[in-house]
Amino acid sequence: MKNELLKLLENDARLTAEELAVMLSKETGDIKKMIGDYEKDGVILGYKTLVDWDKTATEHVNALIELHVSPQPDRGFDQIAEKICRYPEVDSLYLMSGGFDFAVMLEGKTMKEVALFVVQKLAPLDSVISTATHFVLKKYKDKGVVYEKPREDERSNCL
Amino acid sequence: MMPFDPSKVISKQCAGIKPSGIRKFFDMLDGMKDVISLTVGQPDFVTPWKIREAGIESIEQGKTYYTSNSGLPALREEISSYLERSFALSYDAERELLVTIGGSEAVDLAARALLDPGDEVILHYPNYVCYEPLCRMCGAKVVPIVTTERENFKVTPEALRAVITPKTKLLILSYPNNPTGGIMERADLEAIADVIRDTGIVVLSDEIYAELTYGSRHVSFGSLPGMKERTVVCSGFSKAFAMTGWRLGYVAAPAPILSAIRKIHQYAIMCAPTASQFAGLAAMREGQEAMHEMIAEYDRRRKLTLSELAKIGLSCYEPKGAFYVFPDISRFGLSSQEFASRLINEARAAVVPGDAFGESGEGYIRISYAYSVGHIKEGIARMGRFLSTL
Repeated sequence: MKNELLKLLENDARLTAEELAVMLSKETGDIKKMIGDYEKDGVILGYKTLVDWDKTATEHVNALIELHVSPQPDRGFDQIAEKICRYPEVDSLYLMSGGFDFAVMLEGKTMKEVALFVVQKLAPLDSVISTATHFVLKKYKDKGVVYEKPREDERSNCL
Repeated sequence: MMPFDPSKVISKQCAGIKPSGIRKFFDMLDGMKDVISLTVGQPDFVTPWKIREAGIESIEQGKTYYTSNSGLPALREEISSYLERSFALSYDAERELLVTIGGSEAVDLAARALLDPGDEVILHYPNYVCYEPLCRMCGAKVVPIVTTERENFKVTPEALRAVITPKTKLLILSYPNNPTGGIMERADLEAIADVIRDTGIVVLSDEIYAELTYGSRHVSFGSLPGMKERTVVCSGFSKAFAMTGWRLGYVAAPAPILSAIRKIHQYAIMCAPTASQFAGLAAMREGQEAMHEMIAEYDRRRKLTLSELAKIGLSCYEPKGAFYVFPDISRFGLSSQEFASRLINEARAAVVPGDAFGESGEGYIRISYAYSVGHIKEGIARMGRFLSTL
């Protein structure tokens, strides 16, 4: 049940507590409390809208930066991670297994802006050994949502 | 030379079948783009990818041949064990199962294998539309039983007893029911079994919505003690696995009936489409989880639909199966047809008038919740605005 609530919200954050209560056979008050608790505990971290910026006039680029860093003796990767997180340009930050250490997802207006951010802010950080910047050319699917025109309902009417 | 008139060559049997009245209504609807429709009688989910992939792979690998008349042996084995596991039905994959082009073909085959001209078929209403024409094509006479909202749209033993005659050959049970969403529970079915136990009546149980029940597990008539020998179970993949367009179903029956059914299928159809059969095999083997997710979603929408309807003052019988609700609209003083037409014209929302499912559906409308939550909410909100003008 708990996971069901989270799954429903993860799929559509705009469902109201009342609608969720109906669908999950619960009281509205209980749902509100559960959501409140999730928010307090940091299970639910926020509610965002998935925007396909390519369909707007706004300039927008996403990039994936591979970072090689040398971990600190006491704090491992956490200290440098906290530092990188503070930049508002950083959309996501993941510690990775494999060929590099951090995957930094950046959002910016232009490629130049992103490149400059890497050169001026990320690369000079003490423990960063090297960076590699990959720009996203086209999004096909993001957060489980396929970027396409809304499908028309082509089902034929039948009883 | 005598002029040839193609309209004069239609067989009396076929000419006697009324064209579906709802077609005109749907044709009108198809031309309207700004209408929120809650009319469609099929899942809104796309067939789960694993299943689609198996169908595609079979084509890529060149499996483009006919299968055996009864269908791929592996598929029949899977269906047999699925029926056993899910509904305690025991039908032998070799002698008692046949893969069809959807559940509809299964119903047609069963009717043709069982009915002679003059036989009587007992059929409950309101009901899906295919049974009566298919039985009439066999020259059989359809004897109606009207089920009511007060009795949760169930066939009662009293109603059944009242219409049995020496000519009664077949009883058709279609539960979970389209359009009412009614189901027959074990005790309801046992009461029916008691009525027919000492008769020669065969039961055709159309269980296409068997997986779509809410709150209780579907009970198959063929699983009742002593009933297998007289029961033909028709079902398919369309509703449970969102596979309507693949046209894949099956029929399970005691060997002597099944071999009669196979004879007709062999001459009329040869075999169900091979790619669909491979997709069905994947559905049976790997599709259960996706199916249960879809069912959970239907259940949530069902609850939401009932709650939204209650908000606009249209509370109704709580359907326990399929994906329809069937509210009574008779108190608004409009016929089902008038209600549905005015709803479209005045509020741009569409539902199916209940009389499309037989005269006893008059005074009701069918609302399908095989739509997204947002779509359902908008459709019912429009209906609410319409009701407030009545």
